[in-house]
Amino acid sequence: MTSLWEAFAAAWALIAGFDATLVQIVGLSLQVSLSAVLIATCIGLPLGAVIAVERFPGRQALIVLLNALMGLPPVVVGLLVYLLLSRAGPLGPLGILFTPTAMVIAQTLLILPIIAALSRQTIEDAWREYDEQLRSLGAGRLNAAMTLIWDTRFSLLTILLAGFGRAAAEVGAVMIVGGNIDGVTRVMTTAIALETSKGDLPLALGLGIVLIGLVLLLNAAAALLREVAQRRYG
Amino acid sequence: MLPLELDQLALSVGATPIIRGVSARIEAGPRTIILGPNGAGKSVLMRLCHGLLQPSGGRVIWHGLRNGDPRRHQAMVFQRPVMLRRSALANVVYGLKLAGKSNHESELRAMDVLDVVGLARHAGRPARVLSGGEQQRLALARAWALGPDVLFLDEPTANLDPASTRDIESIIQAIHASGTKIIMTTHNLGQARRLGDEILFISNGRLMEHTPIDRFFREPVSAEAATFIRGELP
Amino acid sequence: MRLIRGAALALALLGLMQGPAVHAQQKFITVASTTSTEQSGLFKHMLPIFEKKTGIQVRVVAQGTGQALDMGRRGDADVLFVHDKFAEEKFVADGFGVQRFEVMYNDFVLVGPKSDPAKIAGTRDIVAGYRKIAAAKAPFASRGDKSGTHAAELRLWKAAGIDPQTGKGTWYRETGSGMGPTLNTASSMNAYAFADRGTWLSFKNRGDLVIVVEGDQKLFNQYGIMLVNPAKHAHVKKDLGQAFIDWVVSPEGQKAIADYKIGADQLFFPNARR
Repeated sequence: MTSLWEAFAAAWALIAGFDATLVQIVGLSLQVSLSAVLIATCIGLPLGAVIAVERFPGRQALIVLLNALMGLPPVVVGLLVYLLLSRAGPLGPLGILFTPTAMVIAQTLLILPIIAALSRQTIEDAWREYDEQLRSLGAGRLNAAMTLIWDTRFSLLTILLAGFGRAAAEVGAVMIVGGNIDGVTRVMTTAIALETSKGDLPLALGLGIVLIGLVLLLNAAAALLREVAQRRYG
Repeated sequence: MLPLELDQLALSVGATPIIRGVSARIEAGPRTIILGPNGAGKSVLMRLCHGLLQPSGGRVIWHGLRNGDPRRHQAMVFQRPVMLRRSALANVVYGLKLAGKSNHESELRAMDVLDVVGLARHAGRPARVLSGGEQQRLALARAWALGPDVLFLDEPTANLDPASTRDIESIIQAIHASGTKIIMTTHNLGQARRLGDEILFISNGRLMEHTPIDRFFREPVSAEAATFIRGELP
Repeated sequence: MRLIRGAALALALLGLMQGPAVHAQQKFITVASTTSTEQSGLFKHMLPIFEKKTGIQVRVVAQGTGQALDMGRRGDADVLFVHDKFAEEKFVADGFGVQRFEVMYNDFVLVGPKSDPAKIAGTRDIVAGYRKIAAAKAPFASRGDKSGTHAAELRLWKAAGIDPQTGKGTWYRETGSGMGPTLNTASSMNAYAFADRGTWLSFKNRGDLVIVVEGDQKLFNQYGIMLVNPAKHAHVKKDLGQAFIDWVVSPEGQKAIADYKIGADQLFFPNARR
C-alpha cells in the first residue's frame, strides 16, 4: 500500500513540478502516437470503407485476416520494423532506425488493422441501412463510401480513440525501433519500463498514472465533442 | 420515359420464386396502386421496376426513355426513410448534387421543396431528430426535388399516425398534379381508393388483375382479389 | 467539424515533420551500450561533458552486451561500449570492429536475501559460494539474456564445475531480461542474483537483498569501447565515433568516469592504457 501512495505522490510531484524532461517525454509520446493514428486513419478508414461496400474475391479472407491482425503483438511489429529499417535491412539506407519516425511507422502498422477492421464493421452495418436509399439516389460506390464515413463519424471517432489508446500504451514496438534513447526516442511507456528496471517502482507507477491521466483527458475531450456534435447533427 | 413495360418479369431467391412472370404495361398519367396482402411481392416488384434488384427472368423496359440512364428520371420513397446524419436541407441537397446540380442551384431548389412539404422552418435541424411524419415528408421532398418522371412509393404511410398520413397523401396528390407519374404500393384499401386511378393486384408473386379502380372494387375478376376486398372491409 | 479536423491534421503533420528534422541539424552518433552503464546513471553524468566540449550528441541504446554486439554487426550503431571481453575480441577479430580499447572496470557482486539460506555470507570466494548455492538448491535468479553479466555468471558456474541447467525450473531461474528486472525478480522471491555493482548501487527496490559476496578477483568486470568497422558499414560515422572513443580514454574522459559517485561510492574505475 505504501508503494501505491508513493506512486501517487510521485505522479503528483511530476505534474506539479512541470518537470522539463517529463514534458519532453509526454510531448514525444503524443507526437508519435497521434501521428501514427493520423496515418493509420488515412489508410485504414478508406480501406475499411472499400471492404465494407465492395464485393470481390477473397473479401471474406481479408476480413478474417484484418480481424486477426488486431491481436498482433507489439514486439513482433517492432522486430519486423527493426529488421526492415536496420542498416543490414532493405530500408537501411534511409537511416531512420532509432528515430521518432521509426516509432511512428511501427505504431502505424500496429493500429492499422484495428482501424481498418473496426471501421469496416461500422461502415458495413450502416451500409445495410443505407444501401437501397443511396443507390436509389444514384450514389456510386465511392460516393456511398464517403457518405457512410461521414454519417458514422461518431462511431469512427471511438475507433480512432481505441487506436490511439493502443498506440500510446504499447511499449514493445517503440522500445525496439526507438531504442529508448534519452531525449530522442524516450516516450512514456519506455520511460516506465526503464524506471521499473531501475527498481524505482513508485516513479514508474507515477509515470503510468500520468499516462493514464493523459489518455483519460483525450477521451473526455472526444466524448465532449461527440456529445455536442451529436446534439447538433442528430 | 413512360410507358413502362414489364415483360415476363420473374425473381427467385435460391429455389424460391418471389415474382412469377409478371407482364404489364404502365402508362403515363393515372396513379398506379400496387395492391396485395403482406408478402405478396409488392415491394419486390417495385424494386425490380426501380432497378434496385436485378430480375432473374424477363425484362423491365422503359419505352419512352429518350436518353441515358433510366435511374436519372425516377425516384423512390421507402417505407422507412433513411435520413442522412445531417440537416434536413442537406439531405435534399445531397440528392440534387448527386444528380449533378451545382451547390447554389441545389440549395435554392431544396428550399423550394422543403417549403412545399411544410418543412422550411426545420431546414437547419438535423434530419434524425425530426418526427416520423416529418422524416417521411422530408423523404418525399428529397425525391421530388429531383424532378423525376416517375416516383415510386413503397408503403409510405405504413408507420404513421392518421394526421401524418393525411399530410403525406396530400403531398403525393400535389406531386401527381405537378405531372410526375405515381406508382405506389399499399395494403390499405382506403388509401388505394383515395389515391389510386388503377390497381395492379398482386397475390403470391403473380399479377392477378390490372384494372381501373372503380371496376376493381365493383367487380373483381379473381377470387383472391374478391377475398382481399371482403376481408379488408369492416 | 471540418475546420477542427483540418487543424488537427495540420498540427499532427507539423509535429511529425518537426521531430526528426530538429535533430538532423545536430551532429550525433549512436552508441550501443549495456543496461549497466545507462541505468547506473554514468552516461547521464559523462555524456553532457563530452557534448558540451564537442557539440556531438551521443545517442545511447542500452541493451544486453549480446544485443549490443548484434546491433554493431548489423551496422545500427557507430560505437560499442560493452563489457564482455571475449565476445568483444571475437567481434574485432571477425572484422566488425576496428580496435578495442579498455576503458574502465567495475566489479560484480553476488546479492542474496539477509536470511542467507546457502550460508555463504562473508566468504570472498565466489566459486565456493556458487557450489554452496547449488548444494543447498537455494533460489538463484539469472539474467539468461546473453548479456555480458550473464556471460560472466556462466563462466563462474563453469569454474565451479556445475551445470546450472540441471537446476532449471527448480532453484535456477532464468528471467530472460535486463539487470533491473532480474533484481526485481530476485527481490520478490528472495533469490540470489549476480549483478554489476553499478546497477546494484542505483537499484531502489532491494527488499531483503544485501551483498553476500564481493571482492573476489574473479568478479572483475572490464569495459571496452570500439568503433564499428566502416569497411563493413560505410555509413558509420568514423570521425565522430573516433572522437568519442578518443575522449573516453583521454585523461579528461577518464576523470569524468572516476568522478561519478552514488553517495560516497565510486561506481566505475577508469583503467584505459595510454
